[in-house]
Amino acid sequence: MKDFATKAKGAAIDIKGVSKHYGRFKALDDVDLQIQPGEFMSFLGPSGSGKTTTLNLIAGFTDLTRGEIRLDERSIGNTPAHKRNIGVVFQHYALFPHMTVAKNVAYPLQQRRVPKPAREAAVRETLAKVQLQDFAHRYPSELSGGQQQRVALARAMVFDPSVLLMDEPLGALDKKLREFLQLEIKRIHRELGSTFVYVTHDQEEALVLSDRIAVFNKGKIEQVGTGMELYTKPRTLFVGQFIGESSVLRGAHVEDGGAAVFTINGTPVRAARPAAGEGAHVILLRPETVSVHGAASDAPEGANRLTGTVTEALYLGSGVKYEVTIPGGTVISARMANAERLLTIGEEATVAWQPQDSILLADDGSAAQM
Amino acid sequence: MRRILPRILLGTICVLIALWLVAPTLVVVPMSFAEQKSLVFPPSGFSLQWYENFFTNKQWYGSLIVSLKVALIVALLATVLGTLAAIGIERAKGRSAGILRAILITPIIIPGVVMAIGIYAVYLDTRLVGTLTGYVLAHTMLALPFVVIAVGASLSVFDARLETAAASLGASRLSAFFTVTLPLILPGILSGMLFAFVTSFDEVIVSLFITSPQATTLPVRIFASITRDSDPTVAAVGSLTFLATTIIIGAGLLVGTRRGRSK
Repeated sequence: MKDFATKAKGAAIDIKGVSKHYGRFKALDDVDLQIQPGEFMSFLGPSGSGKTTTLNLIAGFTDLTRGEIRLDERSIGNTPAHKRNIGVVFQHYALFPHMTVAKNVAYPLQQRRVPKPAREAAVRETLAKVQLQDFAHRYPSELSGGQQQRVALARAMVFDPSVLLMDEPLGALDKKLREFLQLEIKRIHRELGSTFVYVTHDQEEALVLSDRIAVFNKGKIEQVGTGMELYTKPRTLFVGQFIGESSVLRGAHVEDGGAAVFTINGTPVRAARPAAGEGAHVILLRPETVSVHGAASDAPEGANRLTGTVTEALYLGSGVKYEVTIPGGTVISARMANAERLLTIGEEATVAWQPQDSILLADDGSAAQM
Repeated sequence: MRRILPRILLGTICVLIALWLVAPTLVVVPMSFAEQKSLVFPPSGFSLQWYENFFTNKQWYGSLIVSLKVALIVALLATVLGTLAAIGIERAKGRSAGILRAILITPIIIPGVVMAIGIYAVYLDTRLVGTLTGYVLAHTMLALPFVVIAVGASLSVFDARLETAAASLGASRLSAFFTVTLPLILPGILSGMLFAFVTSFDEVIVSLFITSPQATTLPVRIFASITRDSDPTVAAVGSLTFLATTIIIGAGLLVGTRRGRSK
């Protein structure tokens, strides 16, 4: 019998060339991804991007069309879901309504024929971890949404799975509760040491929780990296726009002295490096790298400058947030530390940023995601 | 004042309709305690002789045993088959599910006499007339639609994602069915079983065709008795059946509401 007192170490997940087709529709198209043991990996992307499909393939709920998934070097393609020993938490909780909380949590242990004393001890211990020890004899219908999701979490981890999959587990909860449970999930991840795979379409949630994030779009993974890598060095325009706030400048560009130079409204705007490859490129700007000035002469030395009209000016206490619309309709947002004077809406202003803050990306035509 | 008149009218109509619905039963019960030796209404005197006759007369008593045996086996058989069929239909979805359901429900739609003639013709060749097997096969066919409908209704509100969850927790398909699906669709299965039992227990048309002196079901015995002589024992049988079904359905309702409250 397995010793439930010792902590299971997380398993490595290796996804190799995996595709999932539904008829002609490619839900997942030749995806590769390595997840480290004990890692907290988030799958981020809009709905229909393939993130839940990937999760279902790891869990064994659907068969893959092509490719291979390995769990600690062991191929699991032919292992049925109930033999994979992977915990799953669903957005809709999926608690058994005819069982009490304690029976729900004991269910996976019962299926594994764990003797009663060990089972009861494990249920008690796990319910304490999610702070629901006083609710053991309630039925799921008598609990709030947040409590139900904690029961679901307890049930998915009571058998010490080496991998825990979560499919938008907090999607149905309100913001405050969601933020509280995010911290709970992070704490539990540290305590368990299992590999967590977390599906979400909420980029903030992904940033808060994850060691690394895989950004999904149209059945492919656009980029895998830490939150910081994805934010500061997005590899595609889609990733750049999906994570964090951004402004996008489009225009023709030429190479000049080893750097791309765009012409926007007749003004040259520089990047710090040349554009990679042929085709149209864009400049992506993060709001905190952009400053807004009432007078063009106030803009820092060597900075790119564009003039426009202030269309939004918000005082946030810790700083100010501006939106400046330049001729042609492009909106550039900026976040600055407190200025001496708050510019007013309708005022002429100059936006400025350093060439090295121009994030140069191939134009894949993706529109801003809000 | 103007509101009282419609209320009285409505009340009167309701009472009249209720009386109309239970009238046949109200006629039968007093007749079963009658003293005279023929079936007349209103009865006179009081005696338990017809009840005594029912339990001591081998023919009456034997018919009850045959009917109970058949109905119990039919209830079990129809419930198992019907439940499996309902699950299959639910899984199939789409067009084939519609066709399957339609086929399984035909015994309700086809006139009993037509079915009876068909069954009789086949039974003559296969020597099933008047046998327990014959009754069971015929009644199961008639009871199956009720189980398919009742269990199907339960399954349509059952969240199949719970089975996926059970699989992720280590339950094989079979185990998930017995620990998750079955308990949650049990109310539908039980009501289907009740319907199947009652369908068989008071089936008379097909049974009349395939009856034999060796094995006669209770409804056939009642029918034969009342056409031959007007033996008031039929009133006693009717009253007993009425009592039994009232208890069964009453208990079912009671259990049902208790379950409903505990959730």
